[in-house]
Amino acid sequence: MNRLRRTLLGALAALLAKPLAALATWNESAFGAKTPQDALKGIGAANPTASKEIVIDAPQIAENGAVVPIEIVSNLPGTSSIAVVLEKNPFPLAAKFEFKEGALPYLKLNVKMAETSDVRVVVAAAGGRYYSASREIKVTIGGCGG
Amino acid sequence: MTRAFAAILITCFGFCAPARAQDVKTEIERYRQMVSEGSPAELFEVEGEALWKKPQGPKQAALEKCDLGLGPGVLKGAYAALPRYFKDADRVMDLETRLLHCMTTLQGRSREEATQRVFGNADRPSEMESLSAYVAAQSRGMKMAPGESHPKEKAAYELGRALYFQRAGPWDFACTSCHGEEGKRIRLQELPVLLKPENARSVVATWPAYRISTSGFITMQWRMNNCYQQMRMPEPAFGSDATVALIHFITVTGKGEVYSGPGNKR
Amino acid sequence: MAGPMKMRATLAGGNTEVRVLMTHPMTTAQSGQPLHFIQNVTVKLNGRAVIEAEVSQAVSRNPVFSFRLKGGAKGDKIEVAWLDNKGESNKIETAVA
Repeated sequence: MNRLRRTLLGALAALLAKPLAALATWNESAFGAKTPQDALKGIGAANPTASKEIVIDAPQIAENGAVVPIEIVSNLPGTSSIAVVLEKNPFPLAAKFEFKEGALPYLKLNVKMAETSDVRVVVAAAGGRYYSASREIKVTIGGCGG
Repeated sequence: MTRAFAAILITCFGFCAPARAQDVKTEIERYRQMVSEGSPAELFEVEGEALWKKPQGPKQAALEKCDLGLGPGVLKGAYAALPRYFKDADRVMDLETRLLHCMTTLQGRSREEATQRVFGNADRPSEMESLSAYVAAQSRGMKMAPGESHPKEKAAYELGRALYFQRAGPWDFACTSCHGEEGKRIRLQELPVLLKPENARSVVATWPAYRISTSGFITMQWRMNNCYQQMRMPEPAFGSDATVALIHFITVTGKGEVYSGPGNKR
Repeated sequence: MAGPMKMRATLAGGNTEVRVLMTHPMTTAQSGQPLHFIQNVTVKLNGRAVIEAEVSQAVSRNPVFSFRLKGGAKGDKIEVAWLDNKGESNKIETAVA
């Protein structure tokens, strides 16, 4: 009886010790995809519709691909997530942000780009439909190395 | 045949011409501006603040009482007033030499120990780098006003200016070899002619800085050290009269500019 | 031990602007070193998760993210936490200024 109780308490303690670790998920197949198409498939956005309601603000030229600032606003009603795909990166999917009640569909982040390529922003909006917009960023020195 | 060829050439120039230099410059400015609006530079300030308050050395003292020129412990505006002459050391000092002075006097550390690792890396910035970030940040928004009235400050200015032109080493290089002519650049990095106030001002307002390509933090002492290395000259001692003089000369040339806080370099 | 984080949360144009800085190597497969990068980022407003993100090695070293929250008031508690592929984590809490 004591042993069972101890085991149960141990398991409970382990679960509570790192709450984020226990509950966090990470889409390994999407992040491990080597082509933009597979990355999109991995997040369930195989055929997004082009949309002008997704605004990407980024420099046309990145002095160093190690830090490429990208600012995104989605004006699509019901935006629930924003994903960033760097088409020519070895692993194109860079990030996927989910927005719950209270968060605005806005994001600014710094990404690493291996070379000049299109940056594709994919948005999930009302009705669970996917939309996307693209922007080319020229990279003078690639930034994926150590 | 010739007319067709000419027509092709003319069409091609319309579409195939390389991007105008001005367009490239504008877009790189935009890149730099966006990076500065969300840069990791501030992380080094956090690190520096912790070091400023940390008791260290045989005297187990913090640097909190360090006099950077405006009085013991006065941080606001101190960086903007450097380099300057310090009576207790009887020499002109820049930020890093003054920090070293406080490490040895307030904390009782040996110069050897305190300068063992003055230049760090991305995984572990040096104390000097983090402290420089923190102290410099406290002068954000203030006009750069290095000391100019004391005879030793004037002498440092003259020495710095002379060194700027001094050709030496196996390549017979001086600062002017790279920073002596307008419009020069190395890859995409423009080489400012620091003899002109308008060029020195923007430099002076954005150092020390986060270096994007290495994810590390770089300071003026590092910059001088690295320039001498690039010129294939012997390594200057940390905080040497020569490096302080050059830094002083550049800062005086760029005086009056509002300091915008630790910057970002490629 | 994780390096410092820094966060600023301010009211602007009726909404809350949050900018958070994280110290992390975000080491890539290309670097030849062991993979070490943040995988999850969670943003909480007064204890409730409002943004949940999955990120990868393609995010720059020492990540900087900016978010916007609807409305907001001075004193609102913002918390940002991250978790990496090695199970290391860190978080920071700030009140909206």
